[in-house]
Amino acid sequence: MSLESLGWQGLVILVVFGISLLIATYCTYAERVIAAFLQDRVGPDRAGPFGIVQPLADAVKLFTKEEFFPSGANKALFIFGPCLAMITALMSSAVIPFGNFLKFGETVVHLQGIEINVGMLYVFGIVSLGVYGIMIGGWASNNKFSLLGAIRAASQNISYELAMGLALIAVLMMSGSLSLRDITLQQSVPGEWHFWNVVKQPLGFIIFIVCAFAETNRTPFDLPECETELVGGYHTEYSSMKMGLYLFAEYVNVFVASAVMSVIYFGGFNFPFQYELRSWLSSSQGLSIDAAQNIIAILGVVAVFAKIFAFIFFFMWVRWTLPRFRYDQLMRLGWTILIPLAIFNILLTGGLITTGIIPEIKQWW
Amino acid sequence: MESLSNRAKKLEKKPMTLAERAYLPAIFQGLSITMQHFFRAATKKQITVRYPEETRPFSPVFRGLHVLKRDEAGRERCTACGLCAVACPAEAITMVAGERKKGEQNLYREEKYAVSYEINMLRCIFCGLCEEACPKAAIYLQADKMAPPRYERDEFIYGKDRLVEPVSPDNRSKRGIQLTPEQADKLRTQMQSA
Repeated sequence: MSLESLGWQGLVILVVFGISLLIATYCTYAERVIAAFLQDRVGPDRAGPFGIVQPLADAVKLFTKEEFFPSGANKALFIFGPCLAMITALMSSAVIPFGNFLKFGETVVHLQGIEINVGMLYVFGIVSLGVYGIMIGGWASNNKFSLLGAIRAASQNISYELAMGLALIAVLMMSGSLSLRDITLQQSVPGEWHFWNVVKQPLGFIIFIVCAFAETNRTPFDLPECETELVGGYHTEYSSMKMGLYLFAEYVNVFVASAVMSVIYFGGFNFPFQYELRSWLSSSQGLSIDAAQNIIAILGVVAVFAKIFAFIFFFMWVRWTLPRFRYDQLMRLGWTILIPLAIFNILLTGGLITTGIIPEIKQWW
Repeated sequence: MESLSNRAKKLEKKPMTLAERAYLPAIFQGLSITMQHFFRAATKKQITVRYPEETRPFSPVFRGLHVLKRDEAGRERCTACGLCAVACPAEAITMVAGERKKGEQNLYREEKYAVSYEINMLRCIFCGLCEEACPKAAIYLQADKMAPPRYERDEFIYGKDRLVEPVSPDNRSKRGIQLTPEQADKLRTQMQSA
């Protein structure tokens, strides 16, 4: 890799970082507005036109609040907890392909933080680290409610990670690659009628999305923070921006989960008729191959963000529709329903691959 | 056991069907209901009153902040008879009576007038009995004003400075006197000469 392309890649990483933060910021606003609309209310509309600078006002509020340390708390871990939650949340967006590539002469810029051939595994590893932030924060608070929330978070994440991983194994069996870029490119072959993975893996997708809700601690699985039982759950004792970091990390997690779902199951940066559009641009519009490819790549970025926003909206939509599960219901759903279903899905996929109903995927790129 | 009222319904507790146990159809039903509300917010008129910009209309019989009225010539109607204070169930009204001096005929309607007149808005229950008791039609509870919130308790004791209707041609309360422009001009010249 040349120094120049290294510089470009650094820029892409910075942009991805910034976008993750920006989207998480505006998720707080979107959540409140969507909640209001779903409940026939108005929502925040005071700060700026339609309240669009509300996140800024929230940030100012959080920053100026008192830093509170409970007596008997482990101060170092108390600070470390929200940091870890935030770091892990931000790290996982590094491998997500937000677009194909841009080509300027000799320089090729991949619109992805970093391309590694174990992308899916990386996301999994980082996401499962995320629970440490919650665990450490809940434990360091020296408060029984925080501890209960932390324990719930830990057991919930462990239970649902299993089903999530098993659901992904079925995708893996079809794709033969852990690279998220490969999985994306496989979902659209030029000149062929090709479907997104959600069509081939409907059951796997349902299992995955249910587990994604549990992994991000969103309603109906928000037992770790469960206001009605545990005051605030693992962040009961947190105030000021440390509290803000926890809330923020949740939204970054929602963003990453949405991105992973759109990449693995909804074709990522692919959109219908992209190759036809590219050949039309280069043949009848007189653009060079590179220029046409760049236009397609930029439209692909738009497509992937449209999918991500749709998923984020779905997360919020579900939050204001479904009530919270009881703890034993959560565990029963995870262990006795989702895991057997995921295993059945693996067997089904295996059967379909061996009988040739799901065709083998060629590396066409 | 036999039901005495004969209204008890026997409920059958059926085992759940597969669709019910799968939980997903119920989820989609719920999602569609919330989505209808989401679009209703965009299409139908919202019932929320955005308070500082919009206010809800008061009822025409609303009993709000008191006002001590003036007559057509701008003289205070109150004669400090104390009937309102006696009628007040919350004992919110106190007053000190005084005798009108020469040259004050254009200020006070009767020979006796209220030197001070105070209503404690924290005691007042806005029942309107003072209004009913008043023989001179001097005190009214306005239908369009409320006693605003304040920080200190003593700020809730309203004296004559805040109770007596200001003499201004623009001040036309919904009840009591309504001034025509000619009357208002006359009143203004009277006030200036006084």
